[in-house]
Amino acid sequence: MTAFTINGHAVDVAAEADTPLLWVIREHLKLTGTKFGCGIAQCGACTVHIDGEPTRSCQTFLEDVAGREVTTIEGLSPDASHPLQKAWIVEQVPQCGYCQSGQIMQAAALLEHTPAPTREQIIAHMDGNICRCGTYVRIISAIQRAAQEG
Amino acid sequence: MTHILQPQSRALSRRSFLVTVGGLGIAVAFGRSPGLAYGADMAPSAQGDFRPNAWVTIAADGTVSIIAPAVEMGQGITTTLPLLVAEELDADWNRVRVVQAPSDAETYGNPGFYGIQLTGGSESTRGYNALLRLTGAQTRLVLLAGAAGMLNVPVKELETEPHKVVHPPSGRSLDYGEIAVRAVLPDPMPQATEADLKPSDRWRYIGSRTIRRIDVPSKVNGTAVFGIDVQLPNMLFGAVLRAPVQDERPEIIDDAEARNVPGITHIVPLPYGVGIIGETVEATKRAKDLLKVTWSTTSRVRNYTSQRLLDEYRAVGRDLGQQGVPAHTNGDAEAAIAGAARVIEVDYMSDHVAHATMEPMNATALVTGDRVEIWAPTQGPTGTQGFAAEVVRTAPDKVKVNTTLLGGGFGRKAEADFIVDAVSLAKAVEGRPVKVIWSREDDVRHDTFRPLEAQHVKVGLDAEGNIVGWRHRIVADSIFARTLPPVFAEAGGHDDVVTEGAKFNYAVPAHQIEYLRQDKGLAIGFWFAVGVGYTRFAIECVIDEIAAARGIDPAALRLELLKDQPRARKVIETVARMAEWDRARDGRGLGLAYSDAFGSHCAQVAEVSLNRDTGEIRVHKVWCAIDPGVAIQPLHIEAMMMTGITNGTGHALFEQINVVNGEVQESNFDTYRVIRMSEAPEIEVAVVPTPGSPFGGIGQAGLPPTGPAIANAVAHLTGGVRLRHYPFTPDRVKAALEA
Repeated sequence: MTAFTINGHAVDVAAEADTPLLWVIREHLKLTGTKFGCGIAQCGACTVHIDGEPTRSCQTFLEDVAGREVTTIEGLSPDASHPLQKAWIVEQVPQCGYCQSGQIMQAAALLEHTPAPTREQIIAHMDGNICRCGTYVRIISAIQRAAQEG
Repeated sequence: MTHILQPQSRALSRRSFLVTVGGLGIAVAFGRSPGLAYGADMAPSAQGDFRPNAWVTIAADGTVSIIAPAVEMGQGITTTLPLLVAEELDADWNRVRVVQAPSDAETYGNPGFYGIQLTGGSESTRGYNALLRLTGAQTRLVLLAGAAGMLNVPVKELETEPHKVVHPPSGRSLDYGEIAVRAVLPDPMPQATEADLKPSDRWRYIGSRTIRRIDVPSKVNGTAVFGIDVQLPNMLFGAVLRAPVQDERPEIIDDAEARNVPGITHIVPLPYGVGIIGETVEATKRAKDLLKVTWSTTSRVRNYTSQRLLDEYRAVGRDLGQQGVPAHTNGDAEAAIAGAARVIEVDYMSDHVAHATMEPMNATALVTGDRVEIWAPTQGPTGTQGFAAEVVRTAPDKVKVNTTLLGGGFGRKAEADFIVDAVSLAKAVEGRPVKVIWSREDDVRHDTFRPLEAQHVKVGLDAEGNIVGWRHRIVADSIFARTLPPVFAEAGGHDDVVTEGAKFNYAVPAHQIEYLRQDKGLAIGFWFAVGVGYTRFAIECVIDEIAAARGIDPAALRLELLKDQPRARKVIETVARMAEWDRARDGRGLGLAYSDAFGSHCAQVAEVSLNRDTGEIRVHKVWCAIDPGVAIQPLHIEAMMMTGITNGTGHALFEQINVVNGEVQESNFDTYRVIRMSEAPEIEVAVVPTPGSPFGGIGQAGLPPTGPAIANAVAHLTGGVRLRHYPFTPDRVKAALEA
């Protein structure tokens, strides 16, 4: 059993210590907003926050999060009211939407440290997150909007 | 693919109106929690509801539920099609609920696409719009008739405002919900014809920039349910180890170690691989890595080496002695070219590309006796029913398909291999649902790639530089020969999608298109824009080569060849203005390309720079003008163009699958390179509809012009260096520069 906190709730998970955190979140805890995209930390779809830091959950193992605090897209805000979530709707960013949880979690960490990022800072921070629908233009606009309206 | 739609709503009897609603389908309740979204039949909420036809249900509180017959993969169609119904019904869009269609092709099949449920080809709006607008209009007539009875006034004195029927002489009005509860309905039911449709100046929603997509809120808070997110009671997990080369089969399976992995319940030999079933997803992945399988070595796909085959294809294209199947013939192009003052003869090619949808292939199935229920991110519910029925040896109508959201489709999820996996494994554990999830490596290696292809284009010019004949030979394997054999046979061996886009609207006196099929065994499939993605690459670059030969501006040449095509001229003139086409840029080149594919006119200008030392191309900006005929959701059309341009840039510069002796060399995003944010161009889109013209397709219309615009820009920048092979990898660019 491994104990940690997810979205403010204490959990105790019975899975092998080397189980990827991604599958613990998705299939043991049934929080399916965090997505499987590649399994090798190349696409960012599985991005969550661990103690506030954006982390690829597919390459993080259950034993790595013992006693730590994990936040997923479901816990980013109580009612989808995070400035990024609001901006994502105003800018109509998602298309298929599959990568967008990871995009938002990655972007949230940027705004935490850099409340008014430049376009170059946004691109540098977001470049590890692939969007196969090519919504990059609107992702940049939405991050800029969230930074302004935050 | 032509099908004439009778301009009348489908005949409805009073009985069909009164039919009890039950088990109509699943409500993909966008924005609700996953637990509510699946298995939630419309029936409970629709009990006693008003159902004038198979598409619309009106509840006592006035909530209007509208069926979305096409699947949502990011192209916005679950907003677009119900919006057309709501427009003609005069419903308040804020009181509309969208319900994903159940698998029932007879009722919900696309009238413009063989009458089946398959979302693809940018065919949904084009195929369904007339039927759905008439359905909305018919529903409105039913409500008017019901209100007339309730108010005891003639129908002709009634009008509608959003969600209510009003009687101006008395000032009375009835909400649609009130009518649904109390109306006595006419027999026979009123039918709608084209005359009942709103004139375009009375549209409230079509063309509005304030309509947002219904699925977006669920995609920012983690509640959207894709196939991979499906959770069912008592569910098991499945994985499949697939043969390294297509069409091989397992001969010896050593599963001793795999079986010992805690949580593994079954190992299931399959004709094409080995299935694993377990209590957790991680157990199935561990066990898969421990399987030791000896595979057969008899597949002819072992002879498939893509770079060698591409050389062969190019040679076939050049060898004019080899006859192809005629795809289009207008005049005697070869004779015209024989008498030409000048001939341009060039080869264009492209490598295989993979879909790599962000959501890897997956499906969940439950087999109970002769019945199958499937939850899947499928583009083709009808095909899914058929393939699943074959696995279980049952009838297709005993297979119920619950279509989830798709995390990308691009044609890949029109296939059924992931469905067959889930049904095959579920059959081994009857009564328990099994969710099969592919690894990304399997998703790439076992994709159905866009065809490897070579094109030979031969154009004759007279002494003044006018085109006298255009011959276009397309050398590739067939998609339809595998996926729709009867269609392929009926067409005499021609493949409509592989050569799609080769026919153009430029005025040329003689035009001949031939298809030379290469039957090499590797399964190829539908990829974003399919044939148009490469045929327009060749055509639009050749147009620029002709302009260069004549020493004239390539935009001017296109306008000359399209002088009778006002919509085409409009998008070219618009994009030239947006990009300041005539303004020279220091160190950067501009290139233009145009496409009329999918019923929409699209012109783009790309601005590029080039590192001559490394051979790397940088696409800085793309301008785009799109005329979709009717622009239903202009904001979303802009987004679709951004998708086409971003992926158009990515596939032109990076995307490449190599097959060696039947084995795919790439496997994940570390080896299969797709475009990232830092490589994506800035994009500016102008949506310029043409009132009164037909509804065009939008999903794929943005991709075809991007690649040729980039190649043309590189030629402009380099004084004529032509890139004729997708993708424009640095080594190919350097080789072209040095040639």
